[in-house]
Amino acid sequence: MEALLRARIAFVFLVTATLVIGACAQQAKPGTSGSPAASLAGGEKPTPGGTLTFVVNAEPPSFDGHRETTFALLHPIAPHYSLLYKFDPNDLTKVIPDVADGNPTVSADKMTVTIKLRQDVKFHDGTQMTSEDVKATYDKIITPNTAAGQSSPRAGAYAVVSAVNAPDKFTIEFKLKYPSASFLTNLASPWNFIYSAAKLKADPRWYEKNIMGTGPFTYVSNTKGQDWVGKKNPDYFGKDKDGTKLPYLDGYKALIITDATAGVNAIRSKQAMIEFRGFTPQQRDDLSRALPNDLAIQEAPWICVNYVVPNTKVKPFDDVRVRQALSLAIDRYAGGEALSKTTIVKDVGGLMRPKGPFAMSDADLAKIRGFGKDAAAAKAEAKKLLADAGVPNLSFKFLNRNITTPYEPVAVFLIDQWKQVGITATHDVKETSPYQADLRAGNFQVALDFNCDFLDEPDLQLAKFWSASKAGKGLNFAYYDDDKLDGMIDAQSRQTDPAQRVKLVGDIERYAMDEKAYQYPVLWWYRIIPYLKIVRGWQIGSNHYTNQDLTTVWLAKS
Amino acid sequence: MRRYVVGRLLLMIPTLVGVAVLTFVVMRLVPGDIVALRYAGSSVPQDVIDRERALLGLDKPLWTQFVDWMTQLAHLDFGQSLWTGHAVIDEVWTRLPLSLELAVIATLFAVAFALPLGVIAAVKQDTWADYAIRIFSVGGLAMPSFWIGIMLVLGTITFFGWAPPLVFTPITEDPIANLSQLILPAVSVGYRYSAVSMRMTRSTLLEVLREDYVRTARAKGLRETLVVVRHALRNALLPVVTVISLEFAFLIGGLVVTEQVFNLNGIGKLLVDAVTHRDYPLIQALVLLLASVFVIVNFIVDLIYVFLDPRIRYS
Repeated sequence: MEALLRARIAFVFLVTATLVIGACAQQAKPGTSGSPAASLAGGEKPTPGGTLTFVVNAEPPSFDGHRETTFALLHPIAPHYSLLYKFDPNDLTKVIPDVADGNPTVSADKMTVTIKLRQDVKFHDGTQMTSEDVKATYDKIITPNTAAGQSSPRAGAYAVVSAVNAPDKFTIEFKLKYPSASFLTNLASPWNFIYSAAKLKADPRWYEKNIMGTGPFTYVSNTKGQDWVGKKNPDYFGKDKDGTKLPYLDGYKALIITDATAGVNAIRSKQAMIEFRGFTPQQRDDLSRALPNDLAIQEAPWICVNYVVPNTKVKPFDDVRVRQALSLAIDRYAGGEALSKTTIVKDVGGLMRPKGPFAMSDADLAKIRGFGKDAAAAKAEAKKLLADAGVPNLSFKFLNRNITTPYEPVAVFLIDQWKQVGITATHDVKETSPYQADLRAGNFQVALDFNCDFLDEPDLQLAKFWSASKAGKGLNFAYYDDDKLDGMIDAQSRQTDPAQRVKLVGDIERYAMDEKAYQYPVLWWYRIIPYLKIVRGWQIGSNHYTNQDLTTVWLAKS
Repeated sequence: MRRYVVGRLLLMIPTLVGVAVLTFVVMRLVPGDIVALRYAGSSVPQDVIDRERALLGLDKPLWTQFVDWMTQLAHLDFGQSLWTGHAVIDEVWTRLPLSLELAVIATLFAVAFALPLGVIAAVKQDTWADYAIRIFSVGGLAMPSFWIGIMLVLGTITFFGWAPPLVFTPITEDPIANLSQLILPAVSVGYRYSAVSMRMTRSTLLEVLREDYVRTARAKGLRETLVVVRHALRNALLPVVTVISLEFAFLIGGLVVTEQVFNLNGIGKLLVDAVTHRDYPLIQALVLLLASVFVIVNFIVDLIYVFLDPRIRYS
């Protein structure tokens, strides 16, 4: 019995460590650039009050975080909700409890995760949050009531869960089908807003058009296409380390500004203080010049990447030599240096974010075709492979979105690189909707795909690599089926030893990007946030999804 | 006349039905899918996409979708936006006041400049005043209104540290805040609008001033002001009114780029967003609205013709 207890305690420690390691997703070392370099205020005492005004450059579709996948929902709406766990806004390398009362307890067989809940959490209508609400929330995410019209695009991320139980009023329990490496960090998913069980029972789709959470800000108003307003929740349970009640702000206003130039002008004219997704280097520099004394800048590597996706169902891209040649022709290091001056791409990496917790070492990465530093040798090899495959003068249409940042410059760079090995790629630029339609119908030869995630987590970043007719249906636009790769992805997902998992992920990268060259990254994105320096208490992360509840944000007096 | 008016009103119905059918068909021919777009860039499995399409009724045969929509229309129900799930009528109603007000202010601005300057240019033909006005109007035609808008915004930010407010305030709540937001877009749009109207006023007035009845009026010894205003201008106004009216109708939904530049939450931006999202009910409702505006404006212009020129009779 005592041994079991010791094992449990040890495992709780292990799980906590796993959470922290997993949270390295957020380990974006904030940097500064440009002349106005004040980024984070260290050691200042937060001043309560004020209204934060920020730009959101898209309109949220519905208001239901469980249903949508766009940051345009999170930025204005996340402050109304709490999560079970969240990333620490003061140290984005850590996962901390939100409505959970401490770290989870994991059973010895790693198949049951038990979480105690805070007892002082109230919904904005005054009702107490209990385990029934958390259960209803996770039931909706994991097993949505599709007959009632519920939809959950992230249900697959919780396929490991067999049941969600509420053994008592303030305890929630997740039963797993098998030990999972990613489950615990997935509990900090920024989309998993805690909803009221009563509201969901009355109307399973209530949250698509209504707001009622337990978060730091209550809903005030939303004018479609214009703004979203929230005010401080006086009953919010959160406190800072000094015991001061959170949030510090009296309220916030999100301005919906879809035009990038208008967004920059909003900050330049000080009608908005910040935009949380990111600006281009040029926009950053424009703002730096215009507001030399009022601007702060934070920058960080971003968990977003563009992939070159050859359609393996179309000749000659069914030939691995052709796919390898396409990757070999790309001088990613030169591209990163040149493109990072004008658009939001920068780092060279494999399938996992460079410098992230699962990233390959530079030496290992350089051994993969197309990721070496000798561009001339790689291009010579590309030409040889094309000749061997019988397509020395390969030409094809290169499908792309009509979005300037960063799709078009990245595609122009690729086309130029391919031209240097005798490949003629015609840039086939389409509006997002027909672009998506072509991707999903397999109606293309080679495409520029993309992916963004909230976490450095192989289960997320490898989702596009499952076999196209199985788990990768609708995700894998290279349209291959590969049981061996499926087995490798599944194995890493079940591996709970972090070091061993990193090794398995490296094997997958070598296999998928080099040996089979199914699809491969071009350059990883780089996030740049210029903002008025009166905004304090917000730290950039490696994604634009987490750290958006604004609990710790405050406004300096000057 | 009454018979004519009733006939024209009844004719609007088949016109608008034709527009509705055409919009429905054309939008279905354009490739793209709102659900795929909604989840673009996210790892969303195909079954979720398929379920979502079914939920929105996009898996039904086209003719069923068409019948459903026409049935709704017959009940004056424009349906729900596929993107937001909100009633289309609410989505439009939120944006309509801004677009209408901007169109009215821009029209007032344009008319206030176009008529007097057009008349002066015609009366003072080939003098420095005429040349100056013509250069001014060519400038309006040559420079896109969105570019003028960008210059105005950058100019006010750079020189005054001020930019128009980003949030619409109804004129009934705060007229200053309202005009602060709309005056620059109205100027940037109204300049081009006034240039078109100004040139039309000048050229038609020049034609009329050469008519026999104007010579007769002058021979009678009438003052030049009376000759121009009472005899010439009124007759010259027919094409000018047509241009002004059609420009007004265009302003309701056609200011897409200007609305983007000033971040105006208007009908033009809504229409572009709806097309981008393939939000069929919203697109269909907006195209119907804009078609209705054009049809109604044309009808009103025809009635104004009668007032301006008593020789015109409808039967």
